[in-house]
Order: sequence, then structure tokens, then C-alpha cells
Amino acid sequence: MVTTVNARSALRLTLIAAGALSLAACGHGPKPSYPTSQATQAPHSAEPSRPQAMPNRTEPVTQNALPGSERDFTVNVGDRVYFDYDMFTVRGDATPLLDAQSDWLKRYPAVQVRIEGNADERGTEEYNLALGARRANAVREYLVAHGVAATRITTVSFGKEKPIDTGAGEQAEAHNRNGHTAIVSGARMQ
Amino acid sequence: MTQFSKRTLLTAMAALPAAALFVPRAAWADIEVNVNRADVQPLPIAIPAFGGGQVGVDIVGVIASDLQRSGLFRPLDPASFTDRDLNAAVQPNYPAWQKINAQALLYGQASAAGSGLQVDIRICDVFAEKELKGQRFTASPENWRRVAHKIADFVYELLTGEKGYFDTRIAFVAETGARGSKTKRLGIMDQDGANPQYLTDGSATIMTPRFSSTSQQLTYMELRPEGSKIYLLDLDTTRRESLGEFKGMVFSPRFSPDGSKVAFSVERGGNSDIFMMDLRSRATTRLTVDPAIDTSPSFSPNGAQIVFNSDRSGSPQIYIMGADGSSPRRISFAQGRYTAPVWSPTGEFIAFTKQTGGEFHIGVMKPDGSDERILTSSYLDEGPAWAPNGRVLVFTRQGAGGGSKLWSVDVTGRTLQPLPYPGAGSDPAWSPLLN
Repeated sequence: MVTTVNARSALRLTLIAAGALSLAACGHGPKPSYPTSQATQAPHSAEPSRPQAMPNRTEPVTQNALPGSERDFTVNVGDRVYFDYDMFTVRGDATPLLDAQSDWLKRYPAVQVRIEGNADERGTEEYNLALGARRANAVREYLVAHGVAATRITTVSFGKEKPIDTGAGEQAEAHNRNGHTAIVSGARMQ
Repeated sequence: MTQFSKRTLLTAMAALPAAALFVPRAAWADIEVNVNRADVQPLPIAIPAFGGGQVGVDIVGVIASDLQRSGLFRPLDPASFTDRDLNAAVQPNYPAWQKINAQALLYGQASAAGSGLQVDIRICDVFAEKELKGQRFTASPENWRRVAHKIADFVYELLTGEKGYFDTRIAFVAETGARGSKTKRLGIMDQDGANPQYLTDGSATIMTPRFSSTSQQLTYMELRPEGSKIYLLDLDTTRRESLGEFKGMVFSPRFSPDGSKVAFSVERGGNSDIFMMDLRSRATTRLTVDPAIDTSPSFSPNGAQIVFNSDRSGSPQIYIMGADGSSPRRISFAQGRYTAPVWSPTGEFIAFTKQTGGEFHIGVMKPDGSDERILTSSYLDEGPAWAPNGRVLVFTRQGAGGGSKLWSVDVTGRTLQPLPYPGAGSDPAWSPLLN
């Protein structure tokens, strides 16, 4: 269930990032892998649908985020973990992603992050600000415990002000109970 | 014996079984009454257009709207009026007003007084055939709406024995844009929705504006990705100042009753506690020391106690402590999650948001936790705030996946209605009466 959520959200971020860069959307998995890049500026293959005698020439050209870039982090590591209703303990299924976040952050020590705690709309504003702060701090403590310097991490709570899923119902609420790791500075240009 | 009395209206407001005045329904549409717990009819009142031209007509429109929205009065249809020769020089033709079952009659005359506007009014008991009281109001002509609200307050106080709440303003968060990317600006308007103004530019998310109960001053929270700040804003001078820099989030500000202090939440390392700042000395004291969420502080009217929200028992509940943080004790024990408590200005009730059975409710209880009364139910109702007389609450209502709207409900639950503000809004806060 959570992998579904992560995959969905990672895919959405991919689409947004790709759209912004005018790239064709290529679906990356959310897995914390670090592609040994074939990043290239080669032009798009012109008319891939036309039958060709030379199949090698129509092989897709892979475009990946530059390692150490913000997009590398959001797409290849994952920038969001999810919480249970009114809870702020890091769920077991969130730890692989947070492990990958801490590995990535240790690999790129210039990067500064802000953990943003979010809550669903089934709570009132002020309580949710406090709850979001607890979630942001839970993520922060996990990263610090796994070797990321505390001075590189700030936290903020958005309460229920920044839902990523604007629908109603349990699925939307599950998406909106999250801790988002936002890169503030120090990432490579993408 | 007059057929209406302070006692009748007060009884209506307290939602006690009362000797109902039976009155045939007039052509004017009653306000929507969603919960009719008390078998009490609003008092029929005739308010013929004041003399003095258009301003007299306009003033009466504002008065009638104020009184009607209170749920305690039913302004009668002017088309039914037959006594067309009303003026200050003669007695009203009482039988003509009795015939349409008007119990109260309010008439008046607007005129120019120098460069100002002068309005004289008289209130009569129709069935007792006597004038109850008269009053003269003067103001600058552009403040004609405020004159009308003052007259409505005068009528309300005369006939209910309680202070009115019509010459007031409501601060709120004006919302624009789609959910997930909303712009939330600080807004302010008259309590009847007139003269809306926007006081921030939308670059930061504004939350939880709260009025001082003694002055036209607001405190509110500003949320940005970098963190939050609490501001004080003097509406008369437009001077704005921050409470200062804090390590961690600050939120949930609320003035003390005398306006000299602000209680608020400070978050450190994920834990939220309640602090209080003396606005003169800027000294900050910590009132709660608990690993639970402690937020939404609200003072008792005498300033001696603070009601607040805490999940120290495992779920959010309502607690009361001394204003120095002493002796916290839980007062909410019924099933459900209780948040956003706010003490009424009369001290009589604590209003709250309650979450139970998949719905949100606005409710009130006595400060000892007894006599809980649920006033509203919907997908999402939250954040009650009191009118200065403690008889009406404003709150935020949001539909599933929909926008937020400003609503009000009276303390009996009888009169539930949206505020006359056409846009999306949240976090309403009521000003004290203007001078």
C-alpha cells in the first residue's frame, strides 16, 4: 500500500519535473538506485514510429537526473514518507526510504534540507500544526540517528495547509499525512 | 403587561421551554432555522422606512437585516404597513400595527445636522400602545451603516436586556485559489459582510486572526516555508509588529482579556507547549511542560484561568489551568476528540470543536465540563469564535473536497446560517463593539 503511494507520488513528481524541463516523461521507479548515468544531450530520435531496418538506431535514449541534483533526490530516492492517522512514529515501511535519504544526504554533504510535516484535514488547524511538527521532527530524528548532521536539517509544520492530494476520503487523507524532505540548498543544478 | 418582555426574549436565547408567542408567518422569508429546539418564535417587529430620503430607507434595510439574522426578531414585510403618516409629531396609529401583529414598532427620521447625519428613533410596544424609548444618533454621513448597526444594537439591548453585537467587525482568513495551492490573506469586514478589506498581500499564509476584547487590535499567525511568526496588528494605525523570533514554530496566539498579554504555542523538537508573553515587558513565561501537544489557549474573562487543548491523555481533549500554568485538569470526558476551545466573553460557556462519528461539530459546555450541547454537525466544522455578547458563534465550515465558508450559530443552536460573505473564508474572529 505504501509502496503504491510512494510510487504514485514519485511518478507525479517525475511528470512535474519532466514537464518543467520539456523532457519526455520517462517513468523512473522510486527505488533508491543511483544510475551510472548515460545522461546525454542527444536530440530526440526523430520519428520513432516509422518502421526501420536498423533497430539499434531507434533504441530509446535514457535521460536521467544528474546525481546529486534535487531531481535525483526526489525521483531516485523519494522525498516523502507517510504516517498513520494522528500518529507521528516513523512507520516500518518508511524506513527504507529514510535510509536512502540519509545515504544520499551523506553522499552530498553540501545539501541542506527542510523537513515539512503535513496532516490530513480530519483535524483542526492548530492541533494539526502541532501534529505536523511532531512528524517533521520524527523524520529529522531518524535522519540524524542515521548520520546526517543535525545542523543540515530544519523543520516546519504546514498542518493541513498543503495537501498534496486535494480529494476527500481515506486515500487522500493517507497521502496528506506525510513528512516531506525539501532540499533548501547545496544540490547540483539539474 | 407588555406582550413582549426582556424575559421572553431571554428565555428564547437560553433555549428553555417558553411560552411561545404565536404569530402568523409573514411574507418576508424567515432566516433558515435548522435546529428548532426552543419552541419560541422570533419577535415580529415593524420597521417602516425612516424619513429623510434614501439614507432613511438604507438604514432601515441594514437594521432589519441585523435583527433578522439574530434569529430573535422577525421584521415584517413593509408592504403590509398601513400607517403611512408616522412621524415624530404624532402618536403611531397603534391599531393599524396591531392588525398586522407587529409587537414592536421602530420608526425614525434621518436628517442633516451641520455636515453630519442625525437619526432620531423611537421604539414602541404596539399592544401596550406606548413608546418605550427614543434616542438620537449622530455621525458623519459616510458612517450611515454604523449608525444603522448602532440602532440595531440599541433595539436588541432594549428588548433582550443584553448588549448587542451588530456594530462590530469580523476578521477572517480570505481564501482564493484551488485546494492545495490556496492563497490565504487576512481579511476584515463588518459583521454583516459589508466593506470587506484585505490586509495582507497573500505572499504568506495567514492563519488564526484573533481580536483583542478591548481594542481594535489583532494577533495572527503567518506561515511561510521558513517557519511561522505571530504578529500584532493595530487596525486603527495599521502598525504591525512581530512577537519576536523563536526557535521552532509559534502558533495559536490569543490575547488576554485586558489585552496586555498573548498566550500562544511554541514548538521545540516536535513538542508544542503553551507560553505567555507580557506585551509591555516582552517577558515570556512557559505555562505547560509536557511531552504532549498543548495548544489553543484561551483565557477566562477575568484572566485567571486558561482553557487549552492537549492530547496528554492519548487523544485531544480540553483542559483548564491557572493562567500561571498551575493545576491543569481535564474537563471533556464524553466520547470524541475535542479541540480549539474558546472561553465565552461572559464566562458562561466554553465553545469547542468536537470530532465524533466521522463528523465535526461546534459545541458548548460549562467551564466545569457539564451541560455539553452540540450546536452543529457537518463534514468539517471548526474554530468557533464568540460574538462580544457571548450569544453567537462564528466558525469555519468546509464540505468534503470543497472550499471553506464562514458560518454562524447562536448558542442555542436554533439559528444556523452562513455569514453574508460571498467568498471562501476561514478562521473568523469577532471584534469588540466599536465606540
